[in-house]
Amino acid sequence: CYLLHAAKPFDFDTSTGLTDEQKEFQKVAFDFAANEMAPHMAEWDQNEIFPVETMRKAAQLGFGGIYVRPEVGGSGLSRLDTSIIFEALSTGCTSTTAYISIHNMCAWMIDTFGSNELREKFCPDLCSMEKFASYCLTEPGSGSDAASLLTSAKLQGDHYVLNGSKAFISGGGDTDVYVVMCRTGGKGPKGISCVVVEKGTPGLSFGKKEKKVGWNSQPTRAVIFEDCAVPVTNRLGSEGQGFNIAMKGLNGGRINIASCSLGAAHASVLLARDHISVRKQFGETLSNSQFLQFKLAEMATRLVASRLLVRQAALALQEDRPDAVSLCSMAKLFATDECFSICNQALQMHGGYGYLKDYAVQQFVRDIRVHQILEGTNEVMRMIIARDLLTES
Amino acid sequence: MAARVLVGVKRVIDYAVKIRVKPDNTGVVTDGVKHSMNPFCEIAVEEAVRLKEKKLVKEVVAVSCGPQQVQETIRTALAMGADRGIHVEVSGKDYDSLGPLQVSKILAALAKKEEASLIILGKQAIDDDCNQTGQMTAALLDWPQGTFASEVAVEGDKLKVIREVDGGLETIKINLPAVVTADLRLNTPRYATLPNIMKAKKKKITNVKPGDLGVDLTSRLEVLRVDEPPQRQAGVKVETVEDLVGKLKEAGRI
Repeated sequence: CYLLHAAKPFDFDTSTGLTDEQKEFQKVAFDFAANEMAPHMAEWDQNEIFPVETMRKAAQLGFGGIYVRPEVGGSGLSRLDTSIIFEALSTGCTSTTAYISIHNMCAWMIDTFGSNELREKFCPDLCSMEKFASYCLTEPGSGSDAASLLTSAKLQGDHYVLNGSKAFISGGGDTDVYVVMCRTGGKGPKGISCVVVEKGTPGLSFGKKEKKVGWNSQPTRAVIFEDCAVPVTNRLGSEGQGFNIAMKGLNGGRINIASCSLGAAHASVLLARDHISVRKQFGETLSNSQFLQFKLAEMATRLVASRLLVRQAALALQEDRPDAVSLCSMAKLFATDECFSICNQALQMHGGYGYLKDYAVQQFVRDIRVHQILEGTNEVMRMIIARDLLTES
Repeated sequence: MAARVLVGVKRVIDYAVKIRVKPDNTGVVTDGVKHSMNPFCEIAVEEAVRLKEKKLVKEVVAVSCGPQQVQETIRTALAMGADRGIHVEVSGKDYDSLGPLQVSKILAALAKKEEASLIILGKQAIDDDCNQTGQMTAALLDWPQGTFASEVAVEGDKLKVIREVDGGLETIKINLPAVVTADLRLNTPRYATLPNIMKAKKKKITNVKPGDLGVDLTSRLEVLRVDEPPQRQAGVKVETVEDLVGKLKEAGRI
């Protein structure tokens, strides 16, 4: 079909509009993804391996604390730089990159809201991934209604004593540093504080490792506090600021998760394109089918649209613009939905092969399915956006 | 102890790209195509940076010849640990006809100007596969050469180079100053780290014109035509050894 040969090839270029420096960051991330992650993503998924050594290699390149300040070991880059990096890494293994992004979010929270002592105590090890972190907000009784969380933190002398449990914690049980939102005051968001709890603290234990559809290269467990005493000096920010800190962390987290979805979709579109260029039925390659050509065009268009929105949201966040929170929610909502649909269609284009674990596309589908759910469900994203639209300013 | 190392880095079409010949058969399509540092040049940069880390050389200077875009390639070398860069400005028709002879004249002139005592290059570029620049540079400078290096060790004011040759591995000892060309197994190039990429922004790249170095860029070669390799033909199955021998004789192979 002449359509495929006439024009210059669109190499699904992800680097248009980036600075030279950003292109360099992206190149390192793509190379690392292709060489260190992609060859192992299936094994990590099937054997549920938490790839500590590979993540530490990534940390050596500066990926452990990408937007953490350099004086405590971070790379001091912008939210847009971060989005570009996670998008590229995600093409190698979405599940592992998603965990790295959660780890980064926790490191940033400590760097931004922790005392200098806390920052110096935790950030260098987190940036080097000598230690790993987990973000603990969700509970069995409070998911979308996060502000109704029940884990209590009663002040006793110079310690908070924590009681309660967190659910679905990424990295839980294998990580070393837990950033925990807990109730130090009354009901609602203003009664919540944020404390850092270290593994090994008496009273900290973990539930069984969950069996998941995807994200299998990171363990997920309940985190249980039974009279777990945490120094008051481990608190981030002030009492009652915890919910605010958690949400600020999630704004960035949402861009990161959306970026991971972009990477998975990008990889899937390339896989689908390559497959239909080779697979023949009815005497010709599938790429000669106008239906599939149109489908591929739609997938690519929606991927580019998602990418533009995510990068704009990143810019808005790093410039602290008034519309940043809404944009981050919009980006997370749009990109995770669109990219799941794209990966799913890429699987469909593979026919029966798409359903086999020998082919990577099914893992991208399974891994990004959860992006529509965590870090705020896409329903909650709509709540945030609607509230913003309907509130009189 | 070599004070200054010159490392040549070439910007080539990325190894993973599917090459297409231009419709007018004058060359391959480069517009809008992904380019990267020649893989053997990456290995050369890595070796130079390792020598610096072992404190066997003081300064690593990355050199590239070409238009504005080659600065990206120099920046990659800087991000890997080179100290500064030299961009030799060559563009247009001069760049299209730039080949090993001109590049080696440029490198020889730069080596004298920069008082370099070691030049490390990739053994060949993956676009033209010439495998000539290192050897020509050594000849122009009248320096010894250690080509296809799979190992390089400094021993006083000499270099021990283990070369990968058809017969196996050859170990030679050459005096400094010298030219070394890197083969695949010399090392595994490091990833640039995010901090190093940012530091690279502050490292200097100086611009130089070939004329300033007294180099004449006129090519002695003219590319007549570029074609795709012939399509692979289907084979023929034979029943017996006699048939096979008969067919080979027919085809003039034996």
